Formats: sequence, C-alpha cells, structure tokens
Amino acid sequence: MRPDLPLFPSQASAMAPHVDALYFYLLAVSAFFSLLIAILVIFFAIKFRRRSEDEVPVGNEGSLKLELAWTVIPLLITMTFFVWGAKLYFRMNRPPNDATQIFIVGKQWMWKLQHQDGQREINELHVPVGTPVRLTMTSEDVIHSFFIPAFRMKMDVIPGRYTQQWFRATTPGDFHIFCSQYCGTKHSAMIGTVHVMEPTAFQAWLSGGSGSESLASAGSKLFQQHACNTCHRNDSQARGPNLEGLFGKPVQLQNGQTVTADEQYIRESILMPSAKMVAGYQPIMPTFQGLISEEGILQLVAYIRSLSPSPGSAAAPSPGGMAPPVKNSSPEREAPK
Amino acid sequence: MAAEFIPEAEPLHPRDNYLNVRYGVGSWLLTRDHKRIALLYLASITFFFFLGGLFALLIRLELLTPGGDLVQSETYNKLFTMHGVVMIFFFLIPSIPAVLGNFLIPMMIGAKDLAFPRLNLLSWYIYIVGAAFTMWAVVHGGVDTGWTFYTPLSTAAANGHVVATAVGIFITGFSSILTGLNFIVTIHTMRAPGLTWFRLPLFVWSHYATSLIMVLGTPVIAVTLLMVGVERIFHLGLFDPALGGDPVLFQHLFWFYSHPAVYIMILPAMGVISEVVTTFSRKNIFGYRFVAFASVAIAVLGFLVWGHHMFVSGQSVYAGMIFSLLSFLVAIPSAIKVFNWTATMYRGSISWRTPMLYAFGFIGLFTIGGLTGLFLATLGVDVHVHDTYFIVAHFHYIMVGGAIMGYLGGMHYWWPKISGKMYPEGWARFAALIVFIGFNLTFFPQFVLGYLGMPRRYHAYPPEFQVLNVMSTAGASVLGVGYVIPMIYFAWSMRYGKNAPANPWRSTGLEWQTTSPPPTENFPVPPVVTSEPYVYATESEVVG
Repeated sequence: MRPDLPLFPSQASAMAPHVDALYFYLLAVSAFFSLLIAILVIFFAIKFRRRSEDEVPVGNEGSLKLELAWTVIPLLITMTFFVWGAKLYFRMNRPPNDATQIFIVGKQWMWKLQHQDGQREINELHVPVGTPVRLTMTSEDVIHSFFIPAFRMKMDVIPGRYTQQWFRATTPGDFHIFCSQYCGTKHSAMIGTVHVMEPTAFQAWLSGGSGSESLASAGSKLFQQHACNTCHRNDSQARGPNLEGLFGKPVQLQNGQTVTADEQYIRESILMPSAKMVAGYQPIMPTFQGLISEEGILQLVAYIRSLSPSPGSAAAPSPGGMAPPVKNSSPEREAPK
Repeated sequence: MAAEFIPEAEPLHPRDNYLNVRYGVGSWLLTRDHKRIALLYLASITFFFFLGGLFALLIRLELLTPGGDLVQSETYNKLFTMHGVVMIFFFLIPSIPAVLGNFLIPMMIGAKDLAFPRLNLLSWYIYIVGAAFTMWAVVHGGVDTGWTFYTPLSTAAANGHVVATAVGIFITGFSSILTGLNFIVTIHTMRAPGLTWFRLPLFVWSHYATSLIMVLGTPVIAVTLLMVGVERIFHLGLFDPALGGDPVLFQHLFWFYSHPAVYIMILPAMGVISEVVTTFSRKNIFGYRFVAFASVAIAVLGFLVWGHHMFVSGQSVYAGMIFSLLSFLVAIPSAIKVFNWTATMYRGSISWRTPMLYAFGFIGLFTIGGLTGLFLATLGVDVHVHDTYFIVAHFHYIMVGGAIMGYLGGMHYWWPKISGKMYPEGWARFAALIVFIGFNLTFFPQFVLGYLGMPRRYHAYPPEFQVLNVMSTAGASVLGVGYVIPMIYFAWSMRYGKNAPANPWRSTGLEWQTTSPPPTENFPVPPVVTSEPYVYATESEVVG
C-alpha cells in the first residue's frame, strides 16, 4: 500500500482560499528571508574562513543606514501581514445576518449539535453548500475548541459563556471536526465529521429527521414549564420585562448602562438575574443556575429570539406551534476578501 | 576587551583553581563560589534535560502509529504534561542563566563573585526543593493538565497531582527571582574599573534583560499557580464558571508570565551567540548598541503581547488586533540581532570550530522559528494553526533550535574555561551535525502536520497524518543520539582531555584573561578595562 502523504489541507469553505492566500504570502516572505540569511551565513563562512591562525581582520565600523534599513523594511513587511490578517479575522468574527443558526454544546468528550429546526446530532454536523452557518457554542465542563481544518475555522468553546463563529461551506464532502483545546483524558477522541451536502441532499436529510420540534418551540415549552410567563408577560401584571421584540435591542439598565439583548445577555439573565438589572424592575427573579441544562438555555434563547421578528432571525414567532423550517432564501453573501 | 592583567605564559600544570582548591561533598554543597554553584546547576539541569527528553521519546514512540496503542491516553497526557513542565521550568529557564550566566557574569565584569554569594547558593537549594515537589508528583502518578494548567480543567476536572506540581513550580520560581535579582545587583555594582555599560559584553546585556523579566514576571506566575491550587482545594470560584469564576482570566494571568518566559529562555542564548560569533569571526560585533538595546526592547515588549495566545478564546476582535500589532513589533528586535550577527561575519576570520557550528545552526533555526512566529501573530492565519502541530514546531524551533543550540554552543565554547580541559573537536563537530539533522527531521514535518490541521496533544490521530509523524519520530531518535554524544565526551574530557590553555580561542573576553580553570577569586589581580569589547583589530584599524 502506498503511504498516504497529504501536504496541504482541503479547501472547503469560502474563507479557506483567503486564509491560504495569506499563508502563501507569509510563506514566500519567510522563505526569502530564511534563504537570504542562510546563503549569507554559508557564503561568509566559506569565503572568509580562517586561513591562518594569526590573521586578524579589520574591525566593523557599523552602519546606521544598514541598521535603519533592516529595522524599517521588516517593520513595513510585518505591517502588511498585520493588516491583511486583521481584515480576515474581522470577517471571521462577523457572521452575516442571514446565517442559519446551529447550537453546539461541548462536553468531555463529545460534541452535541442542534439545528434550528430541532435536529440533533452528536459528533456529526450536516450542512448545505453555499449557506452561511453561524455557530453559537458553549461548554458544560471545561474549555474545548471547535476546529474544522478544511474550513480554516476554529473557536474556543467556553463554559459559562457563548462564543460564535461562522462559515460558508463550498465543497461537498466529509471533513474532520477536531477539539483543539486540550480538555482531558479523551481529548483526542473528541472528534467528529462535518458532512457538506448539496442543498437538495441537505433538504432530504433535514426532512428525513424524526420529526423533532424546533429549538424555539422546545424553548417555548420550557418557558411555560418554568413559569417564566407568569412574570414576563405583555400586560400591566408583568413583574418582569416583556420579552417580545426584545432580542437584539438595547436595554437600559438600573446602573445607567445600556447593553444589547444578545444570546450572552439572555443566558446571563437566566442564570444570574441580578447581574444586569433592567431599569424599573425589582431584583425578584430567582436564579435558574443548575435547574436548566445548557441545551435548555439554548432553547430558551432561541425562543426569545423568535419573539423578535428581526431580519435574519429566521424563525418567525409561532406561538405554541412548530416554527416553519428555516430555509435560507436570501442571496448568497459575497465571499469575504 | 583589553585588560591590564594578561598572564605571561601558561603554567604546565595549573596551580590552585576553583575545582581543586577543596575536595569533598561538603565543599560543594556549602560552596559560595559562583563557579561551583554553576556546576551544581549543571548537574541538576542535565538530569532534568534527560528526564524531559525521555518523556519526549515516549511521546514520539506513541505517535509512530495513528492508534493510541503504546500507552493509554491518560498516560500519554501525563507524558506531554511532564515533558513540558520539566523542560520549561526545570531545564530551559535555569539552563543558560543559572549555569553559564552564573559562571561567567562575574568573570566577564571582572568581579570575584556575584553580589550575594549566599543568596546564589540559596537559589540552587530552592530550585532543588521545588524540583523535589514536582518529582514527587511525577513518581506518585503524575499530572495531566498540560504544562499550561488551563482552568477549569486544572481546577475542577483534571486527575493527578496538580497541587504538588504547582507548588514545585511556585517554589522554583523564587530561585529564578533570586538569580535575576543577584544578576541585576551584580551588573550594577560590581563592574571592574573602566567597564562602562557600553563596554559590557553582550552576554551580560542579554542576561540583564533576562533578569528583568525574571524579577518582574515570575511573581505573576507564582500568584497564578497559587490561585489554581487554592481554587482546587477550597473551590473559591476564581476560575470555575460553575462557581462564578472566569476561566479565561487564568489565560491572561498565565500568559502574562509565560510569554515573557519564552524570552527568559531565548535571550541568554542570544547572548551566547553574540560572544561566539565575535570570537570565531575575530571581529567586533556589528552594531553593538543595536544588539544591546534589542535585548532590552525584547524584554519590555515581551510583556505586552500575551493576548496573542488567545486569538480564538473569544476575546474582543479589537483586543486581538492590538495584541497582533504588538506581537509584530516584538519580532523586530530579534530580526535586528540576526542581521547584525550575519553582518559581523562579513570580512571576518571565520573559524569552523564546534561553538561556531552551533552558532550557524542557531542563526538558521532561530530565523525559521522567528519567521513562523509571524504566521501566529497574523490573526487570520492563527485561527487555523492555533493549537495545532504548527505551533508545536514553531516553539521547538525557538526553544530547541534556538535556546538549546545556544546552550550547547556555549557549553563547548566555555568548556575549556569551566573544566580546564579541551573537548574532542572531531566528535564535537560530528555531534553538532547530528543535532542539526535530527532537529530538522523531527520538527520540520510538524509545520506541515499543523497546517494540515493535526491538533497538538493528540494521543491518537487520523491515519493520513502517519507518514509525517513517522518522519518526526525518526528525527527525534537521531536528535537523542546527538544529545548523548556530547555528554559522553564532556565526561571523558574531564579525565582524558588535553589541558586547556587560558585562552584557546584567542578571544578578547575578560573571562579568557585568567587561567583555565580560574582560581576561586577569578583574577589574581583585579583587572582594569580600557576599551570596548571585541576589539580584535589593532587600534588604528578600528574606527568607532
């Protein structure tokens, strides 16, 4: 059997060619300077080798011009790395508004993934080609990191908070998912596969699911179950803020600050209700720390998100019922530079 | 460096020197002579180097095949943790400063000893006590957190002796702090008459910069590890989010020390290279002040770049950008040094003795290590290569290709002074070549593996990565041989080597102006310095 010797990873996301282009630029500059130094050292070592034990060469006088040259030129070159790298990083961290949501919970030592429509997967992720996918991730225990080499994408998955990353797959196929942050005994077994599918095949896969309910709908049930609706309601009896239309809006706090009601804020408000008190309300809400699992919180977040019919938040409010399957109808995003 | 005292002729049999002045275990364990303390350190760090190397060998053997078949994953995790802990805290950090720095700084500045000889001995004892705690942890089942002790893994989840290991590192930190303090005070107050700051050898400058980091940075890691220990025992909720803590806070504190710690390891090696390149080119250094201030610049900027270890930890995009920018700035002083060393060789009289071979190796490998660091400072690329074998390759190019090459080069260069004997040149050149080949075969394939996406700290890996891993393991065995050979011939030369003259390399360094090995007081007559360092050409030929 001929040994398998790959030298370069597959490019399967819109970001991959951009990262690779920058990588090749870095590689070219590095190869140039490594060779320059190596050739000079070898050339000097041979050309000026000691020919007699007593020879004494003339001294160096130094040269301000040279010193400035090899300070300023490398500085300018590294600034090109900086600007290009920062631009890519910025794009990697700004998911498009129309991205499909996927929620990921990491735990020692598996990935639990859930689609917006409710399909659950473990250590596997099915995504369609061409659709931007936004990952919202948290961990039940230690820090993990969700890494798909073929997408040049990686983000730490941290207990106690949400992190986000996004990608747009471009090539159908199966690619590795690795946990890249050391997370204990079976770290190297915390791996999986991302299946990138043609949109039609993906639709077939989605509908072939076991009729699971959408995240928002599951969240709605939890909302009733935990009696959240007795306080968070849309009338004069409300003892807590009304949550309809809240998601993504600024919230005025008691201490005068303003925060945006995003996933992180909602999660924190469920687990530590008095951490950021909304102006005009009493700190009467009990903590739900330990009462709702990370997955349950994600469902609640999805539900609250669904109460705000903002562009991009795909699930429209559908009280009590199943949210319609989320299909991405918006035009494909421009590939990031 | 011209000095007033130059021995007229070599005595055939050196008289009293620091080695033969007294005998017996007590004369070593209670010594206050910086040279003897340096040898105490030499023996201890050599032990830890081979222990850490043994762990590395087992890691590489496990990775020979994709499946986790040689050891269990728990054992594998302990192996790479102990490899990192032992190599970093008990070998690399003390290596050049505590052995060569201890031995040479007083001699290079024309002093009898360090400013605080008792403190110097105490540093070694503290190091040994710290090492004993960590060794206790190793023997009683080890620790599996990774040398980085990331929370909440280390505080809430990991098995093994996290606290004992952390206590060992905490204690050893004080040895570092005291050594740094001793060097700073010595360099400020004990320079020979005429030895102004800009007449100091660059080895002294780089150790001065290193000492600043040791004194300012080490307390931070000490406090951080204390917090980990306290949280693990009392569940305080500093880092564990389940208790209201912030797990990422640990990373900030840890890297605030541990990034500068990289410079604790590489700056002294840069100092060695400056001495070796000048001696074996018989030239004064090109751009003395630039090289000297580059060391200080690295020490200062090194404290401002810790966030580049956290580009994918969810920190703000703008924080990432600032840390990226600062990380590029810290690369510039290193580049200045490389260019100046290369320029120093121009029109020199270049000898191909073993120390210079290590210097050639250092310049090449450090250049590759430094340039690949730029990949990691580049935000968009770091996201992909972060926590993969790319970074493993990068820091081994700096730590092994740089720091250990510098250390071995320095050991060969000063061995005649330390032992009074010459090492066998042929064997030494052969070993240097083996080290260079073995090193590149071990670590170059890891760059490729990393870009392919193989994560670090993986006990088992997908089969398509096997060929590159086999190459790496083959290289590691060659490298191992390259490290064993010098140990054998250094030991051999102690008994059978030729007696070394005072100044076998015809260097201008002050340490070469006294006998080999030196007397306990270093210089029978205190030297007076009358010129810049590295003056090989006659006065009329040197301008500036």
